[in-house]
Amino acid sequence: MSLEAAYSGIGRLDRLSYRDTVVHRLDPRAKVVATLLFVVVVVSFPKYEVLSLLPFFLFPVLIGALGGIPAGFIAKKVVAVSPFAVFVGIFNPLIDPATVAIAPGVAVSAGWVSFASILVKFALTISAALLLIATTSFPGICRGLRRLGLPALFVSQLLFLYRYLFVLVEEAMRVVRARDMRSFGKGSTGVRVFVRIVGTLFLRTVERAERIYGAMLARGFRGDLPSMRREALRPSDAVFVLAAGGFFALCRFVPVPQRIGSLLQGLAG
Amino acid sequence: MSHHLLEFKDVRFRYPDGTEALKGVSFLITHGESVGIVGANGAGKSTVLLHTNGHLLPTSGAVTVGEVPLRKETRQEIRRKVGVVFQNPDDQLFMPTVFDDVAFGPLNLGLPPDRVRERVHDALRQVNSLAVLDKPPHHLSGGEKSAVAIATVIAMKPDILVMDEPAASLDPKSRRSVIGLLNSFAHSKIVASHDLDLILDVCARCLVIRDGAIIADGPAPEILSDATLLAENNLELPLTLQGRPAWRGTCR
Repeated sequence: MSLEAAYSGIGRLDRLSYRDTVVHRLDPRAKVVATLLFVVVVVSFPKYEVLSLLPFFLFPVLIGALGGIPAGFIAKKVVAVSPFAVFVGIFNPLIDPATVAIAPGVAVSAGWVSFASILVKFALTISAALLLIATTSFPGICRGLRRLGLPALFVSQLLFLYRYLFVLVEEAMRVVRARDMRSFGKGSTGVRVFVRIVGTLFLRTVERAERIYGAMLARGFRGDLPSMRREALRPSDAVFVLAAGGFFALCRFVPVPQRIGSLLQGLAG
Repeated sequence: MSHHLLEFKDVRFRYPDGTEALKGVSFLITHGESVGIVGANGAGKSTVLLHTNGHLLPTSGAVTVGEVPLRKETRQEIRRKVGVVFQNPDDQLFMPTVFDDVAFGPLNLGLPPDRVRERVHDALRQVNSLAVLDKPPHHLSGGEKSAVAIATVIAMKPDILVMDEPAASLDPKSRRSVIGLLNSFAHSKIVASHDLDLILDVCARCLVIRDGAIIADGPAPEILSDATLLAENNLELPLTLQGRPAWRGTCR
């Protein structure tokens, strides 16, 4: 993926977060707490669990649908980072060759089951995190974290990361463009050139950081980034967290797919 | 109103790497004056500006704002009086939204939320940018960024406004509106720029700085029409004073 494409992806995620839907209007704290709960519950499942995880897809699907976030966009992002999860689990089938029956007459090695479990957990947690950003906006999440008690220093760092990511990537794009225009297809991917570009960007960043700090001091900065927003939690936020929490608990402690299966069998028989 | 005075008295400054950037700079700017600072690249314009609000402290000599001498301990007080707008608005706008950015200074001054909101709205109205209130800075155009950068400083209601190249890399219309904006402020103003037409439009007085020293100080129309003096400083006559003959050639 080229730098430009990656940049437009981040930009799109950012623009989606300025929409106005039921999900976007929820308090950032409510969404942060619900997403954290979701991630903890999903990760808490034992390593051979696949079937019981499936009901959890309801959460990202619902958030995405209500928040007007295109499913294809999120799916593409999940696929783009999936190599990490694949590498984590790819050797499981070799390391864990014991066979288990997954359906009457079909047996595979237990490693394949745990590999599938890793992929499902990965898809669930990453899509939930992406949806959190796409429906809350990065500054919104930072405000939520600050009000949930994260130290001001961390939150300031995150906010600067967000603000200057765009500036830095645009600067990198200009440097790379200048290189490509004068390299005539030859050696444009040379490591030595790349190292120099990274060095240039680093120096420019340091200089910029100094100028920004000067601008902050000029306006009375003393260590905390003040924010004016004082959102109050509304009943709808509480309902959202409770409903999400209840749903996660139900799916965690009751084997929902199996119950549905036996219910269907009961109806058929 | 003596509290709007800004005085440099034989200010010398040496950067940590040994470069002597200012070699005895003296001037006095009184209430309501608008002063342009011009000079070649590296002459020391930016170094002078960085002394006006104590970002740099003189190696020797004295800077006085109102009755307050600039020292390490008085910097915070001086920063309330002198608002500096830096050249690159991306350095000036560091908060996630325009509102948060303009509110940053007033909040640091310890104003209550109602007053802060009022200040933000007033400042953005003054620069015709109320429409971008909730936008993140990276979604603004260059002209909008410059206007908002000025708003972030006037929201603190400084006595003296200091600007480094306020209209660099703006399209002509945005540049014109920045000039209109600067002329609408009653503050004392200091503007450093290579845009001599802008200086001519905004400033009544002009300082020429060369090699860390002031070599000319007088009415802007007089200094900016002195072709020899300008040429000696890598400058040239403002375009409005150049009188270009009408186009009579042919295109091939």
